[in-house]
Amino acid sequence: MDEQKIFRISFFPHIRDKASTSRIMLDVIIALLPAAAFGVYNFGWRALLLILICTATCMLSELLWDVCMRRRIMLRDMSAVVTGLILALNLPPTLDWWAAVIGSVFAIVVVKMLFGGLGQNFMNPAVAAKCFLMISFAGRMNTFVFQNVASATPLEVLKAGGNVDLLQMFLGNTSGAIGETSALALLIGAVYLFIRRIIDFRIPLFYILTVVVYISIYSMITRGGIDGTFLAAHLLSGGLLLGAFYMATDYVTSPVSPSGRIIYAVILGLLTCTFRLFGSAAGSVAYAILIGNLLAPLIEKVTRRKTFGKGAHLK
Amino acid sequence: MAVLTFKGGVHPASNKKLTSSLPAEELIPKGDLTFPLFLHHGLHAKPVVKGGECVSAGTLIAKADGYVSSNVHSSIAGIVKYVDFDSIVIENIGDVNEEPRQVVRPYTELSKKEILDLIREAGIVGMGGEEGYPTHIKLSPEDPGKIKYIIVNGCECEPYITCNNRRLVEEPAKIVEGLKIVLRLFDNAKGLIAIQDDKKPAVIKIKNFTAKEPDIHVKMLYSKYPQGSERQLIYALTKKEINSRMNPADAGCLVLNVETIYAIRTAVVEGRPLISRMVTVAGDAVKRPGNFIVRLGTNIRELIEAAGGFKREPEKVLIGGPMTGEALVDLDRPVTKDTNAVIAFLHDPVVRVHQTNCIHCGRCIEVCPARLIPTKLADYSALGMVDMFRENDGRECIECGSCSYICPAKRSLAEVIVMMKQMIIDEL
Repeated sequence: MDEQKIFRISFFPHIRDKASTSRIMLDVIIALLPAAAFGVYNFGWRALLLILICTATCMLSELLWDVCMRRRIMLRDMSAVVTGLILALNLPPTLDWWAAVIGSVFAIVVVKMLFGGLGQNFMNPAVAAKCFLMISFAGRMNTFVFQNVASATPLEVLKAGGNVDLLQMFLGNTSGAIGETSALALLIGAVYLFIRRIIDFRIPLFYILTVVVYISIYSMITRGGIDGTFLAAHLLSGGLLLGAFYMATDYVTSPVSPSGRIIYAVILGLLTCTFRLFGSAAGSVAYAILIGNLLAPLIEKVTRRKTFGKGAHLK
Repeated sequence: MAVLTFKGGVHPASNKKLTSSLPAEELIPKGDLTFPLFLHHGLHAKPVVKGGECVSAGTLIAKADGYVSSNVHSSIAGIVKYVDFDSIVIENIGDVNEEPRQVVRPYTELSKKEILDLIREAGIVGMGGEEGYPTHIKLSPEDPGKIKYIIVNGCECEPYITCNNRRLVEEPAKIVEGLKIVLRLFDNAKGLIAIQDDKKPAVIKIKNFTAKEPDIHVKMLYSKYPQGSERQLIYALTKKEINSRMNPADAGCLVLNVETIYAIRTAVVEGRPLISRMVTVAGDAVKRPGNFIVRLGTNIRELIEAAGGFKREPEKVLIGGPMTGEALVDLDRPVTKDTNAVIAFLHDPVVRVHQTNCIHCGRCIEVCPARLIPTKLADYSALGMVDMFRENDGRECIECGSCSYICPAKRSLAEVIVMMKQMIIDEL
């Protein structure tokens, strides 16, 4: 044994949990794969192309930014892939490739990197980019083609007072954005996220519950009773499930306290339903989440837990 | 049997199986012994021997100086090599027999003051990791009548460490006797023996000896880290929260480590000072992990040799557990009164991670036993925002390291928080 050997020293703790940022991001990517795969199956090669364009553009713009700004290159954390993938799943499959590129660059450069990169942004990059595209290219973002025929999304059909096929909506054989049509695929991914303990059940649960209550009250007032089909169609349609499980749960832009998460989710539910029922059907979830993101720091502030032993007095 | 706990905490791999069922072995030191004269808290002890003097095992070599200070005894016969400000070194002549003690009366006949005196004379301090506070002071609160619970801390929530478990399994009668001695000091107190539910054999053993004791109860605690932290343990048992400005006595509790209770019993029943303790030697670099009954002052190198030496040169060696232990530069350190474990790792996982941005996942907040916001406190510390640090109760950090352990961005949260905390405490 070498007598002069000097061991490594560091501050405690000397062991660390296995979880890492890149592993968490990988888990989110894995969870999104069923929805992405179904989107490609449903909408064909254009969907695949958009997914590839968005992820590649997101990664490339982050890389270029880091190189230009002489920052440490952090592509390894895979957060750019998650942003690109979520953005792509939110786009209509017929969107022009250049619009997808603009959206991706906006997400990474304007929303994420300008504010300091991963963890520093106050809005979810993918959600902000979707809203940006909705406003900039309203026509292109609202053109949905399904099985080579321009067709309305189930939400638009509902709004117009038409009938929808719930089973097809659950499976995903409908018109809509690439990743939002199949409730089944989204739920499979969500189960994976719960098993891997990546997301807290509170945000999706209370978000969806709020929507259920809101829609029920709305249909009681306007239709004189709870309409099960109407309710179920609202839950299965549009970006609600995609938003509730994958976008609203974004760590960076949601509150951390358990009670804060519930308040945040309820606000998202109220906003989503208000936009859907009284405004335009398209993009309600994204707009709701964006506003929720802005409120998150405030919610966090007012829901701060009491420190252990605080207020305890000598007896 | 109800399993008690607190909110928060982490579940690191316990790695206790390697050593928890092996009987402790006695280690007779061969080399020189070093006795530090300082404690984590309080004043240096004053040497009462000079270089060249002969001492035997149990001879008082340094006397408590002031109130918060503690006696030091030689743990072996030998010649005093030298005495300096910090320590006394004794050349080992290989005689382990203790100097004869005066006959002690049964503890049931002793007055409270006599019991406390025996504990003070024996130089007993808190023997859990990083404690070292003189026990006779802990046992002399302002109003002993207000103490409701004497808690024996047998949680041992740190991974790898099993020395408390072995004491409970090997000497259950003596632990119960030690607790009965302490209970004599407090008229209104009940004894609680707190053991984590990963030590069921210890619970069963100890229960055999407490069945006929109406004032002693065995409590099972949920196995997680930091269950053995004083404030969290008191909360789990009594649902009372105490903060950094309070003592356990304010909640009517006194918490004593298993090993401390054992030392109290040895001092009061056998009249012997604190000169040895049980130490766990473990970690993947150690050939033959186990528990050893070690004379205080024994060099850690000898302890490692007793455990079969290293398989390969380790990257990191710790005194204490992996969650809060201290990393050693080399092995040239003595076993002290609060050394509960020596752990050697072939690979140091900490140097291999690099810190990245906080992703706001909230895991540190979820696990913080003090219900703080570690990520924010770490930011305030790094930016030198003392007022914000105070406002957000940074002082209440219990320094358990759970936040750094769980952080997926691998930030050294505990490190910066503890540094800031020490700074503002030093200012006061």
